[in-house]
Amino acid sequence: MYSRAYKAAVTIPPVLWVTLFLLVPYSILFCYSFWSVSPQEVIVHHWNLQNYVELARNPIYLSVLFRSMRIAAAVTIFALILGYPLAYYLSFHAAKRKNLLYQLVIIPLWASYLVRGYAWKTILGSDGVLNGVLQFTHITGALFHLQNFLQQSMHIHATLVPIRFLLYSPFAVVLMLTHIYTPFVLLPVYASLEHVPRNLIEASHDLGASPWATFRRVILPLSLPGVLAGATFAFVLTLGDFLAPLLVGGPSGIMISNIVVSLFGAAYNWPLGAAISFCMLGLVVGLLFATERLERRWKVS
Amino acid sequence: MNAVPSPASGAASTGIAGADALLSIRGVVKRFGQRPVLRGISLDVAAGEFLTILGESGSGKTTLLRLIAGFEQLDSGEILMGGARLDLIPSYRREVNTVFQSYAIFPHLSVFENVAYGLRAKNAAKDEIPGRVKQALDMVKMGEFAQSAPARLSGGQQQRVALARALVNRPRVLLLDEPLSALDANLRKQMQTELKSLQREVGITFIFVTHDQEEAMALSDRVALLREGIVEQIADPREIYGRPATAYVAQFIGQTNLLRAEVREGLARAGSIAWPTSGAAGKATFSLRPEHIRIATSSASANSTHDGAIRFRARVANQSYGGATDHLEIECGDSQVLRARVANPGPLEGMIEFEFSAPDAVRVREAKGE
Repeated sequence: MYSRAYKAAVTIPPVLWVTLFLLVPYSILFCYSFWSVSPQEVIVHHWNLQNYVELARNPIYLSVLFRSMRIAAAVTIFALILGYPLAYYLSFHAAKRKNLLYQLVIIPLWASYLVRGYAWKTILGSDGVLNGVLQFTHITGALFHLQNFLQQSMHIHATLVPIRFLLYSPFAVVLMLTHIYTPFVLLPVYASLEHVPRNLIEASHDLGASPWATFRRVILPLSLPGVLAGATFAFVLTLGDFLAPLLVGGPSGIMISNIVVSLFGAAYNWPLGAAISFCMLGLVVGLLFATERLERRWKVS
Repeated sequence: MNAVPSPASGAASTGIAGADALLSIRGVVKRFGQRPVLRGISLDVAAGEFLTILGESGSGKTTLLRLIAGFEQLDSGEILMGGARLDLIPSYRREVNTVFQSYAIFPHLSVFENVAYGLRAKNAAKDEIPGRVKQALDMVKMGEFAQSAPARLSGGQQQRVALARALVNRPRVLLLDEPLSALDANLRKQMQTELKSLQREVGITFIFVTHDQEEAMALSDRVALLREGIVEQIADPREIYGRPATAYVAQFIGQTNLLRAEVREGLARAGSIAWPTSGAAGKATFSLRPEHIRIATSSASANSTHDGAIRFRARVANQSYGGATDHLEIECGDSQVLRARVANPGPLEGMIEFEFSAPDAVRVREAKGE
């Protein structure tokens, strides 16, 4: 048996940590969400539900929330499309190169998020690397001429026109976050694929199932817990992201967290910001709860 | 119980000759890296036969099974089924099913779906599936567990499901990779009996891999004993026990005494014991089973060949009680120690006269290819 002192020593630090850095700030934030800002720009401790009513009433918030969810869903899907085949290859076919490739997946995680954000800015910008290549190969010019030809409009002497929609768009946000979160999807998928007993695959072939049928009926179902874990990572992390929209999103790429940031900053409306935060928190906790239940059901059956 | 009819092409052929063989393994060589695992295996399996591949771990027996199933590619040689190359087609197109050592039951599917898996994979008619699954499950007495999750089953039950799943496709050959090794002793004996009667019932060719020689003897029509990737001997259980081809076979299957003898003028002599033999002259090894050594009944002179019994005097060095028979260690001159198994002799001491029949001393080769 463990002594009381030992039990206390291992229990108190995490409890203290959670209380001080999670429960207390959340409680304070929760209180804020029921307060309001006076016309004199002062936060008054006047308890009401006005902030939540405002969220439901003003279509801006809902539409930005829906856009954030669309972006999160897109990132999740693209990260799965990129991550699953790579994880599959790593687990089943990489053989001797397995460790090397695994490291190559891990290494980008060591680079700072900001560095990777700025890298995308450099790549996607009007004078960026991508446009440079496209212009060098006259692809943009060709596209431009094609457009002109179709519109039968005036003659223009420009074969070096940059594509401007690359940067400062939801597309850029999805691209950057897909790049950043693909390893987070790949790792749990890879782990679940590694745990698929190889003799089940042999059993499937033995019973007459082709490699594709084996994938569909054995490998994929058994890797779903990993897919679910990875998808949850990508969706939740994207939903709460505010740096990617800030760096590459532009006005059309604004996400819900950017609104929270501005409400806590320049707009100085902490109560409304707190209310949005709590809605987001509820959404995410609900999502985690649902995936947890789903995962448990898959494990039992 | 309903029998799964044997496939029409497996027409009753009891002969072992290559032409009638359902499955023909010819000069199969398999290496893992530099290490040879199978070094030229050739054997034929007749339709409806229960063949056991017996060997120690590392003898290559499981590798041979995996080659037949198609989980490994052979380095040279060929495997034929019904005269056509089997080793060139992928495992999922072979009319061969496997019962895995660890059962390999799909954990995410019910017992019913596990058994139906092969039928669905082979696109069996939808309305036919429930009946065939039920039939297969009834055959292994698991009918009532159809809707259970595999995780809730005991090892023995999972074993039965694995068997039903492998038989439902009506394979021409069923491969069994030490299927009973994970079961406890009692269940194992029971499953052995059931397996044997099941095989008779369905008439499918069974190739059974085991390291347990008793199991091999009890179940098989023929036993192929593998040693370091070579077939040491292939014969029916009585012959492989009674007339072992090599010293290794004699020692691996049951217990034996190996007598290193000098053969001259029709007489073999090992130490103080001599007996008549018909083989070629020179050095030779003989296998003499412990149960073939008896306590001499009348006191004739030692080494007499009178009435066919070979007599010799030996000192009882050790006697241990073993129920129906006692195990003796006896020393007969030249510090040659023999093991004997004698029925209820009572306490023995000192020099005693023993005897055996000359034909029971079986001349064996020291090793394969000698």
